[in-house]
Amino acid sequence: MERKVISFEEALLSLDHQKLKALIEQSSQTETNIHVVENLIVPALERIGNGWEQGDIALSQVYMSSRICEELVDDMLPVQSPERKNQPKMAITSLEDYHLMGKRIVYSVLRSSGFELQDYGRTTVDTLVNKAIDDKLQILLISTLMLHSALRVKEVNHQFLQKQVNIKIVVGGAPFLFDHNLWREVGADALGKSASASVGLISTIMGELSS
Amino acid sequence: MSQQSMSSLNRVLTTLSHKEPDRVPFFLLVTMHGAKALGLSIKDYFSSAKNVVEGQIRMQKKFRHDCIYTFFYAPIEIEAWGGEVIYSDNGPPNSGTPFIQSFDDIKTLHPPDVRKAPCLQKVLNATHMLKGKIGDEAPIIGVVMSPFSLPVMQMGFDRYFLLMHEHPDLFDQLMKINQEFCVNWANAQLDAGATAICYFDPVSSSTITTRKLYLNTGYQIACATLPRINGPTATHMASGRCIPILDDIAKTGTGLVGVSSLEPLEKIKSICKGKLTVVGNLNGIEMRRWDTTDAEIAVKATIQSAAPGGGFILSDNHGEIPWEITDDVLLAISHAVHQWGTYPILHM
Repeated sequence: MERKVISFEEALLSLDHQKLKALIEQSSQTETNIHVVENLIVPALERIGNGWEQGDIALSQVYMSSRICEELVDDMLPVQSPERKNQPKMAITSLEDYHLMGKRIVYSVLRSSGFELQDYGRTTVDTLVNKAIDDKLQILLISTLMLHSALRVKEVNHQFLQKQVNIKIVVGGAPFLFDHNLWREVGADALGKSASASVGLISTIMGELSS
Repeated sequence: MSQQSMSSLNRVLTTLSHKEPDRVPFFLLVTMHGAKALGLSIKDYFSSAKNVVEGQIRMQKKFRHDCIYTFFYAPIEIEAWGGEVIYSDNGPPNSGTPFIQSFDDIKTLHPPDVRKAPCLQKVLNATHMLKGKIGDEAPIIGVVMSPFSLPVMQMGFDRYFLLMHEHPDLFDQLMKINQEFCVNWANAQLDAGATAICYFDPVSSSTITTRKLYLNTGYQIACATLPRINGPTATHMASGRCIPILDDIAKTGTGLVGVSSLEPLEKIKSICKGKLTVVGNLNGIEMRRWDTTDAEIAVKATIQSAAPGGGFILSDNHGEIPWEITDDVLLAISHAVHQWGTYPILHM
Protein backbone atom coordinates (compact mmCIF):
# COMPACT_ATOMS: atom_id res chain seq x y z
CA MET A 1 0.00 0.00 0.00
CA GLU A 2 2.88 2.32 0.86
CA ARG A 3 4.11 2.14 -2.74
CA LYS A 4 0.62 3.01 -3.99
CA VAL A 5 0.44 6.00 -1.62
CA ILE A 6 3.79 7.27 -2.86
CA SER A 7 2.64 6.87 -6.48
CA PHE A 8 -0.54 8.76 -5.64
CA GLU A 9 1.45 11.53 -3.95
CA GLU A 10 3.75 11.80 -6.97
CA ALA A 11 0.79 11.98 -9.32
CA LEU A 12 -0.76 14.72 -7.17
CA LEU A 13 2.43 16.77 -7.13
CA SER A 14 2.79 16.49 -10.89
CA LEU A 15 -0.94 17.20 -11.44
CA ASP A 16 -1.26 13.93 -13.37
CA HIS A 17 -5.06 13.53 -13.38
CA GLN A 18 -5.04 10.39 -15.53
CA LYS A 19 -2.67 8.54 -13.25
CA LEU A 20 -4.68 9.59 -10.19
CA LYS A 21 -7.88 8.19 -11.67
CA ALA A 22 -6.11 4.98 -12.66
CA LEU A 23 -4.74 4.49 -9.13
CA ILE A 24 -8.18 5.06 -7.62
CA GLU A 25 -9.83 2.64 -10.04
CA GLN A 26 -7.20 0.04 -9.22
CA SER A 27 -7.78 0.39 -5.47
CA SER A 28 -11.56 0.43 -5.88
CA GLN A 29 -11.44 -3.10 -7.28
CA THR A 30 -10.57 -4.51 -3.86
CA GLU A 31 -11.73 -1.81 -1.42
CA THR A 32 -14.84 0.22 -0.66
CA ASN A 33 -14.76 3.92 -1.54
CA ILE A 34 -14.34 5.07 2.05
CA HIS A 35 -11.41 2.71 2.47
CA VAL A 36 -9.80 4.05 -0.70
CA VAL A 37 -10.14 7.53 0.80
CA GLU A 38 -8.72 6.46 4.16
CA ASN A 39 -5.94 4.24 2.85
CA LEU A 40 -4.82 6.07 -0.28
CA ILE A 41 -5.93 9.69 -0.42
CA VAL A 42 -5.59 10.70 3.24
CA PRO A 43 -2.08 9.21 3.64
CA ALA A 44 -0.93 10.89 0.41
CA LEU A 45 -2.23 14.25 1.62
CA GLU A 46 -0.57 13.65 4.99
CA ARG A 47 2.75 13.04 3.25
CA ILE A 48 2.31 16.25 1.27
CA GLY A 49 1.42 18.14 4.46
CA ASN A 50 4.48 16.77 6.23
CA GLY A 51 6.59 17.73 3.22
CA TRP A 52 5.29 21.29 3.47
CA GLU A 53 6.04 21.41 7.22
CA GLN A 54 9.60 20.27 6.46
CA GLY A 55 9.95 22.90 3.74
CA ASP A 56 10.25 20.29 0.95
CA ILE A 57 6.89 20.94 -0.71
CA ALA A 58 5.47 24.30 -1.74
CA LEU A 59 2.12 25.77 -0.74
CA SER A 60 1.03 25.86 -4.38
CA GLN A 61 1.41 22.06 -4.48
CA VAL A 62 -0.49 21.63 -1.22
CA TYR A 63 -3.29 23.77 -2.62
CA MET A 64 -3.52 22.06 -6.00
CA SER A 65 -3.33 18.59 -4.38
CA SER A 66 -6.10 19.38 -1.92
CA ARG A 67 -8.36 20.77 -4.65
CA ILE A 68 -7.83 17.73 -6.88
CA CYS A 69 -8.47 15.32 -4.00
CA GLU A 70 -11.61 17.18 -3.00
CA GLU A 71 -12.99 16.75 -6.52
CA LEU A 72 -12.03 13.08 -6.64
CA VAL A 73 -13.64 12.37 -3.26
CA ASP A 74 -16.79 14.30 -4.23
CA ASP A 75 -17.19 11.79 -7.08
CA MET A 76 -16.52 8.80 -4.84
CA LEU A 77 -18.47 9.98 -1.78
CA PRO A 78 -21.20 12.43 -2.82
CA VAL A 79 -22.31 14.88 -0.12
CA GLN A 80 -25.35 12.74 0.77
CA SER A 81 -23.35 9.53 0.90
CA PRO A 82 -23.88 7.65 4.20
CA GLU A 83 -20.14 6.96 4.20
CA ARG A 84 -19.37 10.68 4.65
CA LYS A 85 -18.22 11.41 8.19
CA ASN A 86 -20.68 14.13 9.11
CA GLN A 87 -19.83 14.03 12.79
CA PRO A 88 -18.69 16.01 14.64
CA LYS A 89 -20.59 19.12 13.60
CA MET A 90 -17.94 21.59 12.52
CA ALA A 91 -17.26 24.70 10.48
CA ILE A 92 -14.26 26.62 9.25
CA THR A 93 -13.75 30.37 8.97
CA SER A 94 -11.21 33.05 8.28
CA LEU A 95 -11.58 35.39 11.26
CA GLU A 96 -11.51 39.11 10.41
CA ASP A 97 -8.90 38.29 7.81
CA TYR A 98 -9.12 38.74 4.06
CA HIS A 99 -6.59 36.01 3.35
CA LEU A 100 -8.69 32.96 2.57
CA MET A 101 -6.10 30.56 1.18
CA GLY A 102 -5.37 28.64 4.39
CA LYS A 103 -9.06 28.15 5.09
CA ARG A 104 -9.65 26.88 1.56
CA ILE A 105 -6.87 24.30 1.81
CA VAL A 106 -7.99 22.95 5.19
CA TYR A 107 -11.58 22.78 3.96
CA SER A 108 -10.52 20.78 0.91
CA VAL A 109 -8.25 18.45 2.88
CA LEU A 110 -10.98 17.67 5.42
CA ARG A 111 -13.55 17.05 2.70
CA SER A 112 -10.97 14.94 0.84
CA SER A 113 -10.70 12.87 4.02
CA GLY A 114 -14.43 12.17 4.01
CA PHE A 115 -15.49 14.84 6.52
CA GLU A 116 -18.35 17.26 5.90
CA LEU A 117 -18.09 20.76 7.33
CA GLN A 118 -19.55 24.19 6.78
CA ASP A 119 -17.53 26.98 5.22
CA TYR A 120 -18.44 30.21 7.01
CA GLY A 121 -16.18 32.28 4.76
CA ARG A 122 -14.81 35.44 6.37
CA THR A 123 -16.45 36.36 9.68
CA THR A 124 -16.22 38.89 12.50
CA VAL A 125 -16.03 37.84 16.15
CA ASP A 126 -19.69 38.53 16.97
CA THR A 127 -21.18 36.98 13.85
CA LEU A 128 -18.94 33.95 14.25
CA VAL A 129 -19.87 33.36 17.88
CA ASN A 130 -23.60 33.67 17.18
CA LYS A 131 -23.46 31.46 14.10
CA ALA A 132 -21.39 28.78 15.82
CA ILE A 133 -23.85 28.65 18.73
CA ASP A 134 -26.92 28.69 16.46
CA ASP A 135 -25.47 25.84 14.41
CA LYS A 136 -24.63 23.89 17.60
CA LEU A 137 -21.08 23.35 16.43
CA GLN A 138 -18.80 20.98 18.27
CA ILE A 139 -15.60 22.07 16.53
CA LEU A 140 -14.72 25.45 15.06
CA LEU A 141 -11.64 25.76 12.84
CA ILE A 142 -10.21 29.28 12.57
CA SER A 143 -7.62 30.29 10.01
CA THR A 144 -5.70 33.59 10.11
CA LEU A 145 -2.73 35.13 8.36
CA MET A 146 -2.53 38.46 10.18
CA LEU A 147 -1.36 38.71 13.77
CA HIS A 148 -4.14 41.04 14.86
CA SER A 149 -6.69 38.58 13.46
CA ALA A 150 -5.06 35.69 15.32
CA LEU A 151 -5.29 37.65 18.56
CA ARG A 152 -9.05 38.03 18.11
CA VAL A 153 -9.49 34.29 18.65
CA LYS A 154 -9.14 35.23 22.31
CA GLU A 155 -12.45 37.13 22.10
CA VAL A 156 -14.18 34.19 20.44
CA ASN A 157 -13.02 31.90 23.22
CA HIS A 158 -14.04 34.45 25.85
CA GLN A 159 -17.56 34.70 24.45
CA PHE A 160 -17.89 30.91 24.29
CA LEU A 161 -16.90 30.73 27.96
CA GLN A 162 -19.29 33.52 28.91
CA LYS A 163 -22.15 31.86 27.09
CA GLN A 164 -21.15 28.50 28.59
CA VAL A 165 -20.93 26.62 25.32
CA ASN A 166 -18.41 23.88 24.74
CA ILE A 167 -17.16 24.42 21.21
CA LYS A 168 -13.62 23.23 20.61
CA ILE A 169 -11.46 25.78 18.78
CA VAL A 170 -8.75 24.61 16.39
CA VAL A 171 -6.51 27.36 14.99
CA GLY A 172 -4.03 27.50 12.15
CA GLY A 173 -2.10 29.98 10.02
CA ALA A 174 1.19 31.84 9.88
CA PRO A 175 1.10 33.72 13.22
CA PHE A 176 0.71 30.44 15.07
CA LEU A 177 3.67 28.93 13.23
CA PHE A 178 5.94 31.86 14.08
CA ASP A 179 4.94 31.91 17.76
CA HIS A 180 4.45 28.41 19.13
CA ASN A 181 2.73 29.60 22.31
CA LEU A 182 0.20 31.82 20.60
CA TRP A 183 -2.50 29.16 20.19
CA ARG A 184 -2.54 28.54 23.96
CA GLU A 185 -2.48 32.26 24.68
CA VAL A 186 -5.64 32.86 22.64
CA GLY A 187 -7.40 29.96 24.33
CA ALA A 188 -7.53 27.51 21.42
CA ASP A 189 -7.89 23.81 22.12
CA ALA A 190 -5.50 22.73 19.40
CA LEU A 191 -3.14 24.02 16.72
CA GLY A 192 -3.12 22.61 13.20
CA LYS A 193 0.44 23.07 11.97
CA SER A 194 -0.59 22.01 8.49
CA ALA A 195 -3.82 21.30 6.66
CA SER A 196 -3.27 17.56 6.75
CA ALA A 197 -2.58 17.69 10.50
CA SER A 198 -6.14 18.91 10.95
CA VAL A 199 -7.45 15.45 9.97
CA GLY A 200 -5.67 13.81 12.90
CA LEU A 201 -6.68 16.62 15.24
CA ILE A 202 -10.35 16.27 14.37
CA SER A 203 -10.16 12.52 14.94
CA THR A 204 -8.52 13.08 18.34
CA ILE A 205 -11.13 15.64 19.38
CA MET A 206 -13.89 13.30 18.20
CA GLY A 207 -12.44 10.66 20.52
CA GLU A 208 -12.40 13.14 23.42
CA LEU A 209 -15.97 14.23 22.74
CA SER A 210 -17.29 10.70 22.69
CA SER A 211 -15.45 9.57 25.82
CA MET B 1 36.06 59.52 8.74
CA SER B 2 36.83 57.26 11.67
CA GLN B 3 35.28 53.82 11.93
CA GLN B 4 33.18 55.04 14.89
CA SER B 5 31.56 57.97 13.17
CA MET B 6 30.10 56.56 9.99
CA SER B 7 26.83 57.94 8.71
CA SER B 8 24.00 55.43 8.39
CA LEU B 9 24.42 55.50 4.62
CA ASN B 10 28.15 54.80 4.77
CA ARG B 11 27.56 52.06 7.32
CA VAL B 12 25.10 50.38 4.97
CA LEU B 13 27.28 50.84 1.89
CA THR B 14 30.23 49.31 3.72
CA THR B 15 28.29 46.22 4.72
CA LEU B 16 26.93 45.94 1.16
CA SER B 17 30.53 45.65 -0.05
CA HIS B 18 30.90 42.72 2.36
CA LYS B 19 33.21 44.61 4.67
CA GLU B 20 32.77 45.44 8.34
CA PRO B 21 31.59 49.00 9.10
CA ASP B 22 31.80 50.63 12.58
CA ARG B 23 28.78 48.66 13.78
CA VAL B 24 26.07 46.37 12.48
CA PRO B 25 23.61 48.40 10.38
CA PHE B 26 20.10 48.24 11.76
CA PHE B 27 16.89 48.59 9.73
CA LEU B 28 13.88 48.93 12.02
CA LEU B 29 11.12 48.65 9.43
CA VAL B 30 8.44 50.56 11.30
CA THR B 31 5.36 51.77 9.47
CA MET B 32 2.22 51.94 11.66
CA HIS B 33 4.21 53.02 14.73
CA GLY B 34 4.34 56.46 13.16
CA ALA B 35 0.59 56.71 13.77
CA LYS B 36 1.14 55.91 17.45
CA ALA B 37 3.89 58.53 17.65
CA LEU B 38 1.59 61.18 16.17
CA GLY B 39 -1.50 60.09 18.12
CA LEU B 40 -3.43 59.33 14.93
CA SER B 41 -5.46 56.38 13.70
CA ILE B 42 -3.69 54.23 11.13
CA LYS B 43 -6.07 55.44 8.43
CA ASP B 44 -5.56 59.11 9.28
CA TYR B 45 -1.82 58.68 9.52
CA PHE B 46 -1.52 57.27 6.01
CA SER B 47 -3.91 59.84 4.57
CA SER B 48 -1.17 62.44 4.30
CA ALA B 49 2.44 62.40 3.15
CA LYS B 50 3.31 64.96 5.83
CA ASN B 51 2.23 62.59 8.59
CA VAL B 52 4.43 59.81 7.27
CA VAL B 53 7.39 62.17 6.91
CA GLU B 54 6.95 63.36 10.50
CA GLY B 55 6.44 59.79 11.74
CA GLN B 56 9.53 58.44 10.00
CA ILE B 57 11.73 61.29 11.23
CA ARG B 58 10.51 60.93 14.82
CA MET B 59 10.97 57.16 14.78
CA GLN B 60 14.46 57.36 13.36
CA LYS B 61 15.44 59.81 16.12
CA LYS B 62 13.85 57.66 18.80
CA PHE B 63 15.06 54.23 17.70
CA ARG B 64 18.37 55.32 16.10
CA HIS B 65 18.11 52.96 13.16
CA ASP B 66 19.91 53.26 9.86
CA CYS B 67 17.18 53.83 7.28
CA ILE B 68 14.04 55.71 6.39
CA TYR B 69 11.25 53.45 5.18
CA THR B 70 8.69 54.95 2.80
CA PHE B 71 6.49 51.85 2.75
CA PHE B 72 2.90 52.85 3.60
CA TYR B 73 1.01 49.53 3.37
CA ALA B 74 0.96 46.58 0.98
CA PRO B 75 -2.38 47.21 -0.77
CA ILE B 76 -1.48 50.79 -1.72
CA GLU B 77 -0.56 49.37 -5.13
CA ILE B 78 -3.95 47.68 -5.33
CA GLU B 79 -5.58 51.02 -4.53
CA ALA B 80 -3.77 52.48 -7.55
CA TRP B 81 -5.32 49.77 -9.73
CA GLY B 82 -8.78 50.74 -8.44
CA GLY B 83 -8.97 48.00 -5.83
CA GLU B 84 -10.34 48.20 -2.31
CA VAL B 85 -8.28 48.89 0.84
CA ILE B 86 -9.68 47.94 4.23
CA TYR B 87 -8.31 49.72 7.26
CA SER B 88 -8.03 48.31 10.75
CA ASP B 89 -7.50 50.13 14.05
CA ASN B 90 -4.73 47.79 15.15
CA GLY B 91 -3.11 46.24 12.12
CA PRO B 92 -1.92 46.92 8.61
CA PRO B 93 -4.50 47.81 5.95
CA ASN B 94 -5.67 44.79 3.96
CA SER B 95 -6.67 44.49 0.34
CA GLY B 96 -10.38 43.78 -0.05
CA THR B 97 -12.27 41.94 -2.77
CA PRO B 98 -9.85 41.15 -5.60
CA PHE B 99 -10.51 43.27 -8.68
CA ILE B 100 -9.66 40.48 -11.12
CA GLN B 101 -12.76 38.33 -10.80
CA SER B 102 -12.31 36.16 -13.88
CA PHE B 103 -9.33 35.11 -15.96
CA ASP B 104 -10.80 37.01 -18.90
CA ASP B 105 -10.41 40.27 -16.94
CA ILE B 106 -6.66 39.99 -17.57
CA LYS B 107 -7.20 40.41 -21.32
CA THR B 108 -8.36 44.00 -20.88
CA LEU B 109 -6.22 44.98 -17.90
CA HIS B 110 -3.97 48.04 -18.11
CA PRO B 111 -1.51 49.24 -15.47
CA PRO B 112 -2.27 52.57 -13.76
CA ASP B 113 -0.12 55.62 -14.42
CA VAL B 114 2.04 55.80 -11.28
CA ARG B 115 2.35 59.58 -11.51
CA LYS B 116 -1.39 60.12 -11.63
CA ALA B 117 -2.65 57.73 -8.95
CA PRO B 118 -3.29 59.91 -5.84
CA CYS B 119 -2.32 57.16 -3.38
CA LEU B 120 1.06 56.64 -5.06
CA GLN B 121 1.53 60.38 -5.34
CA LYS B 122 1.39 60.53 -1.53
CA VAL B 123 4.29 58.08 -1.32
CA LEU B 124 6.28 60.03 -3.90
CA ASN B 125 5.66 63.29 -2.04
CA ALA B 126 6.70 61.70 1.25
CA THR B 127 9.85 60.32 -0.38
CA HIS B 128 10.70 63.72 -1.85
CA MET B 129 10.18 65.51 1.48
CA LEU B 130 12.18 62.90 3.39
CA LYS B 131 15.06 63.19 0.93
CA GLY B 132 15.04 66.95 1.56
CA LYS B 133 15.31 66.38 5.31
CA ILE B 134 17.67 63.39 5.39
CA GLY B 135 19.89 64.07 2.38
CA ASP B 136 22.64 61.45 2.22
CA GLU B 137 22.69 60.76 5.93
CA ALA B 138 20.64 57.55 5.73
CA PRO B 139 19.28 55.42 2.90
CA ILE B 140 15.64 55.91 2.00
CA ILE B 141 14.07 52.54 1.22
CA GLY B 142 11.16 52.49 -1.23
CA VAL B 143 9.01 49.42 -1.79
CA VAL B 144 7.39 47.58 -4.69
CA MET B 145 5.52 44.30 -4.84
CA SER B 146 7.07 41.97 -7.38
CA PRO B 147 5.04 41.37 -10.56
CA PHE B 148 4.95 37.71 -9.50
CA SER B 149 3.58 38.37 -5.99
CA LEU B 150 1.15 41.22 -6.72
CA PRO B 151 -1.56 38.89 -8.15
CA VAL B 152 -2.25 37.49 -4.68
CA MET B 153 -3.93 40.83 -3.96
CA GLN B 154 -5.14 41.39 -7.53
CA MET B 155 -7.05 38.11 -7.84
CA GLY B 156 -6.72 36.09 -4.61
CA PHE B 157 -4.27 33.32 -3.85
CA ASP B 158 -6.42 30.38 -4.99
CA ARG B 159 -7.38 31.88 -8.34
CA TYR B 160 -3.75 32.88 -8.88
CA PHE B 161 -2.50 29.33 -8.34
CA LEU B 162 -5.03 28.07 -10.87
CA LEU B 163 -3.89 30.75 -13.34
CA MET B 164 -0.28 29.76 -12.84
CA HIS B 165 -0.92 26.05 -13.35
CA GLU B 166 -3.75 26.01 -15.86
CA HIS B 167 -3.63 29.22 -17.95
CA PRO B 168 0.02 29.88 -18.84
CA ASP B 169 -0.75 32.37 -21.62
CA LEU B 170 -2.85 34.62 -19.38
CA PHE B 171 -0.28 34.23 -16.62
CA ASP B 172 2.40 35.53 -18.99
CA GLN B 173 0.14 38.40 -20.03
CA LEU B 174 -0.48 39.40 -16.39
CA MET B 175 3.24 39.24 -15.65
CA LYS B 176 4.01 41.61 -18.54
CA ILE B 177 1.37 44.09 -17.34
CA ASN B 178 2.59 43.89 -13.74
CA GLN B 179 6.19 44.21 -14.80
CA GLU B 180 5.51 47.52 -16.53
CA PHE B 181 3.79 48.82 -13.43
CA CYS B 182 6.49 47.55 -11.08
CA VAL B 183 9.36 49.10 -13.08
CA ASN B 184 7.55 52.45 -13.44
CA TRP B 185 6.61 52.50 -9.77
CA ALA B 186 10.13 51.65 -8.60
CA ASN B 187 11.75 54.23 -10.87
CA ALA B 188 9.29 56.94 -9.83
CA GLN B 189 10.30 56.35 -6.19
CA LEU B 190 13.99 56.50 -7.11
CA ASP B 191 13.36 59.73 -9.01
CA ALA B 192 11.62 61.14 -5.94
CA GLY B 193 14.67 60.46 -3.78
CA ALA B 194 14.60 56.82 -2.70
CA THR B 195 18.08 55.33 -2.37
CA ALA B 196 17.06 51.72 -3.01
CA ILE B 197 13.99 49.62 -3.68
CA CYS B 198 12.81 46.70 -1.61
CA TYR B 199 11.30 44.14 -4.01
CA PHE B 200 8.81 42.13 -1.96
CA ASP B 201 8.45 38.69 -3.50
CA PRO B 202 6.95 36.24 -0.99
CA VAL B 203 5.33 34.07 -3.69
CA SER B 204 8.84 33.19 -4.88
CA SER B 205 9.74 31.94 -1.41
CA SER B 206 10.17 28.23 -0.89
CA THR B 207 7.25 28.36 1.53
CA ILE B 208 4.96 28.99 -1.41
CA THR B 209 6.63 27.72 -4.58
CA THR B 210 9.12 24.96 -5.27
CA ARG B 211 12.51 25.80 -6.74
CA LYS B 212 11.49 24.21 -10.04
CA LEU B 213 8.43 26.43 -10.31
CA TYR B 214 10.41 29.46 -9.13
CA LEU B 215 13.03 28.96 -11.84
CA ASN B 216 10.28 28.95 -14.48
CA THR B 217 8.34 31.88 -13.04
CA GLY B 218 9.44 34.21 -10.21
CA TYR B 219 13.11 33.90 -11.09
CA GLN B 220 12.58 34.71 -14.79
CA ILE B 221 10.36 37.64 -13.85
CA ALA B 222 12.90 39.00 -11.36
CA CYS B 223 15.69 38.66 -13.95
CA ALA B 224 13.61 40.63 -16.44
CA THR B 225 12.39 43.25 -13.95
CA LEU B 226 15.26 44.10 -11.62
CA PRO B 227 17.75 45.29 -14.30
CA ARG B 228 15.14 47.82 -15.47
CA ILE B 229 14.98 49.40 -12.01
CA ASN B 230 17.42 52.32 -12.00
CA GLY B 231 18.90 51.74 -8.56
CA PRO B 232 19.92 49.07 -6.08
CA THR B 233 17.32 46.50 -5.05
CA ALA B 234 16.75 44.22 -2.09
CA THR B 235 14.60 41.13 -2.55
CA HIS B 236 12.46 40.38 0.49
CA MET B 237 10.70 37.09 1.16
CA ALA B 238 8.34 38.59 3.81
CA SER B 239 8.84 35.70 6.28
CA GLY B 240 8.98 33.01 3.57
CA ARG B 241 11.79 30.45 3.46
CA CYS B 242 14.47 30.84 0.78
CA ILE B 243 17.53 28.64 1.44
CA PRO B 244 16.87 26.39 -1.60
CA ILE B 245 16.85 29.42 -3.96
CA LEU B 246 19.47 31.74 -2.43
CA ASP B 247 22.02 31.05 -5.17
CA ASP B 248 19.32 31.74 -7.77
CA ILE B 249 18.25 34.98 -6.08
CA ALA B 250 21.87 36.14 -6.20
CA LYS B 251 21.76 35.78 -10.00
CA THR B 252 18.70 38.01 -10.44
CA GLY B 253 20.75 41.18 -9.98
CA THR B 254 19.56 42.00 -6.46
CA GLY B 255 22.09 42.97 -3.81
CA LEU B 256 20.27 42.02 -0.61
CA VAL B 257 17.86 39.39 0.59
CA GLY B 258 15.35 39.65 3.47
CA VAL B 259 15.10 36.25 5.15
CA SER B 260 12.84 34.30 7.48
CA SER B 261 13.28 33.49 11.16
CA LEU B 262 12.20 29.94 10.27
CA GLU B 263 15.58 29.23 8.69
CA PRO B 264 19.03 29.14 10.37
CA LEU B 265 20.70 32.50 9.90
CA GLU B 266 24.22 31.10 10.08
CA LYS B 267 23.52 28.79 7.14
CA ILE B 268 21.91 31.61 5.16
CA LYS B 269 24.92 33.85 5.78
CA SER B 270 27.34 31.18 4.68
CA ILE B 271 25.46 30.62 1.39
CA CYS B 272 25.20 34.38 0.75
CA LYS B 273 28.80 35.20 1.63
CA GLY B 274 30.27 37.58 -0.94
CA LYS B 275 27.11 37.41 -3.08
CA LEU B 276 24.18 38.86 -1.16
CA THR B 277 23.82 41.03 1.92
CA VAL B 278 21.50 39.31 4.39
CA VAL B 279 18.70 41.34 6.00
CA GLY B 280 16.99 39.82 9.01
CA ASN B 281 15.77 37.95 10.83
CA LEU B 282 14.23 38.85 14.20
CA ASN B 283 10.89 37.08 14.67
CA GLY B 284 8.32 39.90 14.51
CA ILE B 285 5.47 37.71 15.74
CA GLU B 286 7.28 36.38 18.81
CA MET B 287 8.56 39.90 19.46
CA ARG B 288 5.12 40.76 20.84
CA ARG B 289 5.80 38.62 23.91
CA TRP B 290 9.40 39.74 24.42
CA ASP B 291 10.56 41.79 27.35
CA THR B 292 13.70 43.89 27.16
CA THR B 293 15.88 40.95 28.20
CA ASP B 294 14.42 38.72 25.48
CA ALA B 295 15.09 41.48 22.96
CA GLU B 296 18.73 41.72 23.99
CA ILE B 297 19.19 37.95 23.84
CA ALA B 298 17.64 37.77 20.35
CA VAL B 299 19.76 40.65 19.04
CA LYS B 300 22.98 39.17 20.44
CA ALA B 301 22.25 35.76 18.89
CA THR B 302 21.44 37.34 15.53
CA ILE B 303 24.61 39.43 15.52
CA GLN B 304 26.72 36.45 16.51
CA SER B 305 25.24 34.33 13.70
CA ALA B 306 25.50 36.73 10.80
CA ALA B 307 27.40 39.96 11.48
CA PRO B 308 31.07 38.91 11.23
CA GLY B 309 32.56 39.92 7.89
CA GLY B 310 29.83 42.43 7.02
CA GLY B 311 27.23 41.65 4.37
CA PHE B 312 24.56 41.85 7.04
CA ILE B 313 21.84 44.25 8.18
CA LEU B 314 19.92 43.46 11.35
CA SER B 315 16.16 43.72 10.87
CA ASP B 316 12.93 41.83 11.42
CA ASN B 317 12.00 38.87 9.26
CA HIS B 318 8.87 40.23 7.62
CA GLY B 319 9.65 43.74 6.46
CA GLU B 320 7.13 45.38 8.76
CA ILE B 321 7.09 45.59 12.56
CA PRO B 322 3.65 44.52 13.84
CA TRP B 323 1.48 47.16 15.48
CA GLU B 324 1.44 45.24 18.77
CA ILE B 325 5.18 45.61 19.44
CA THR B 326 5.80 48.12 22.20
CA ASP B 327 8.23 51.00 21.94
CA ASP B 328 10.04 49.58 24.98
CA VAL B 329 10.90 46.42 23.09
CA LEU B 330 11.93 48.38 20.00
CA LEU B 331 14.15 50.59 22.16
CA ALA B 332 15.66 47.50 23.76
CA ILE B 333 16.42 46.06 20.31
CA SER B 334 18.04 49.32 19.29
CA HIS B 335 20.04 49.55 22.51
CA ALA B 336 21.30 45.99 22.09
CA VAL B 337 22.41 46.63 18.49
CA HIS B 338 24.31 49.72 19.60
CA GLN B 339 25.82 47.91 22.57
CA TRP B 340 26.73 44.56 21.00
CA GLY B 341 26.96 45.37 17.31
CA THR B 342 30.25 47.28 17.30
CA TYR B 343 32.86 45.74 15.00
CA PRO B 344 34.89 43.66 15.46
CA ILE B 345 32.17 41.41 16.87
CA LEU B 346 33.29 39.89 20.12
CA HIS B 347 32.24 36.47 21.33
CA MET B 348 29.23 37.07 23.62
